Amino acid sequence: MSAKTEGRYRISVDFIACRGHGMCADFLPENVSLDEWGYPIVKDDTLAPGRLRDAKQAALLCPELALRIEKVNASAEVARK
Amino acid sequence: METHPENRVDPDAWTVSVAPGLLPRLLADLPRAGSFRTLAEHRAVYPSPPQVRKGGDPLLIEEVERAGVTGRGGASFPAHLKWKVVASGRGRPMVIVNGSEGEPASSKDAVLMSRVPHLVIDGAVYAAAAIGAERIFVCVGAHSTSAMAGVERALEERDDAEDAGIPIEMRIVPDRYVAGEERSLVHMINGGPAVPTSMPPRPFERGVKKRPTLIHNAETLAHVTTIMVNGAAWYRSAGTSDEPGTRLVSLSGALPRPVICEVEAGASLREVFEANGGDCSLVSGVLIGGNFGTWLSPQDAFGARLSLASLRPTGASPGCGVLFFLPSDVCGVAVVADIADWYSRESARQCGPCEFGLEAIATAMDAVDSALDVDPMLARIERLTSEIRGRGGCKFPDGAAQMVRSGLTVFADEVQLHRAGYCTSGRISEVAV
Repeated sequence: MSAKTEGRYRISVDFIACRGHGMCADFLPENVSLDEWGYPIVKDDTLAPGRLRDAKQAALLCPELALRIEKVNASAEVARK
Repeated sequence: METHPENRVDPDAWTVSVAPGLLPRLLADLPRAGSFRTLAEHRAVYPSPPQVRKGGDPLLIEEVERAGVTGRGGASFPAHLKWKVVASGRGRPMVIVNGSEGEPASSKDAVLMSRVPHLVIDGAVYAAAAIGAERIFVCVGAHSTSAMAGVERALEERDDAEDAGIPIEMRIVPDRYVAGEERSLVHMINGGPAVPTSMPPRPFERGVKKRPTLIHNAETLAHVTTIMVNGAAWYRSAGTSDEPGTRLVSLSGALPRPVICEVEAGASLREVFEANGGDCSLVSGVLIGGNFGTWLSPQDAFGARLSLASLRPTGASPGCGVLFFLPSDVCGVAVVADIADWYSRESARQCGPCEFGLEAIATAMDAVDSALDVDPMLARIERLTSEIRGRGGCKFPDGAAQMVRSGLTVFADEVQLHRAGYCTSGRISEVAV
């Protein structure tokens, strides 16, 4: 379990900051779709292996800096279950 | 009789009652409307709280923990857990009394703040003494002139007569629902507009002046005062073991008069309603927890008790204590549409999904109410209310989804009527030509 959870990342959106530019959906289509007004819907908040680079790119290019990436820590993950 | 829970009930219409057989606590010897319990009168029953000192007093936290008082603002969170976290934070804490009472069908906090404000303020001083706070802010909703007057007069009396060792200030909260959200209050006191801010940090970590900030509903703090004076064991002699004490509920709708009633936590909803002059056979739905709450069928509601445990299977919770009983001759679909419209108007318009989503939900609900494109609109509401959850800076949009979805379930028969172009209120809906 520890080997599997190590290096897992979760994304979230700060909706107060978000203006619906849609950068996150461009970079992470498997995680994020857009609603009819262009605001993100996080379908799956866990990044697949190897997707951290694109996620960081999206977070950096988001004009509102509204995309957050956080490392899933093993104990928090256990607590969530 | 109130048929529009989204409109604020006339402050002068409220009456006050106590559940049969219950010795009132918060409402004991309550001054009549327009009157005020002076500091001297209050002190004859409730002695002065201890002086607030830096570092706090863990014994006071223990007393609240033994009592097991939970938050009466809506979340029912155990008070002592908040006190412990705030007391152990970095920097000298702040205390906020949340008397914003944004729910239009709630008036319990206004009753306390206008007539017995010292009961509430003493609770804040006890909390401040427990956690060693530096300052107390009493936040009062701008909609209640009597509550503002009560708190103002109470603070003047205290300035003249006592030194609690802590400055106490009143702040007026703009008349908008989300202005009463915890982060909105902190933002306002820090000099910003009263709208929610991004999380983290949460106010209990970093709030007013970046200090750990304890925020309690006004009624919760009134209970704290009674606990400190009468003891935890006394407090626990009413209510259930999980949810002890009494609570104030605001009943309106299918009743002779809207009424604030003190009941035991865990009281039967049917008994509370009937004791206040209600007839269960004349109700087609009950909105529990106010506009931010959940619709229940009469069967579910009148079979339930006012506790988290009893309401959990129904998907509802006691929330802030609002109980709105829809008269059965009023169309439930129209009322759900009206409250959906209230949500759309009350949005702070900070977050796109809330600004646009709530408006779209309200428009679609209005179409259903008007019997226009009912099936496609119901499908749209289903999708929009599912999409909007968790997509705001605060829980406001989630509340809209919960209210609309539970309403459409409870009023499913009424929806069927609308599908055929009819409505319980007796009118045939205007169908576009």
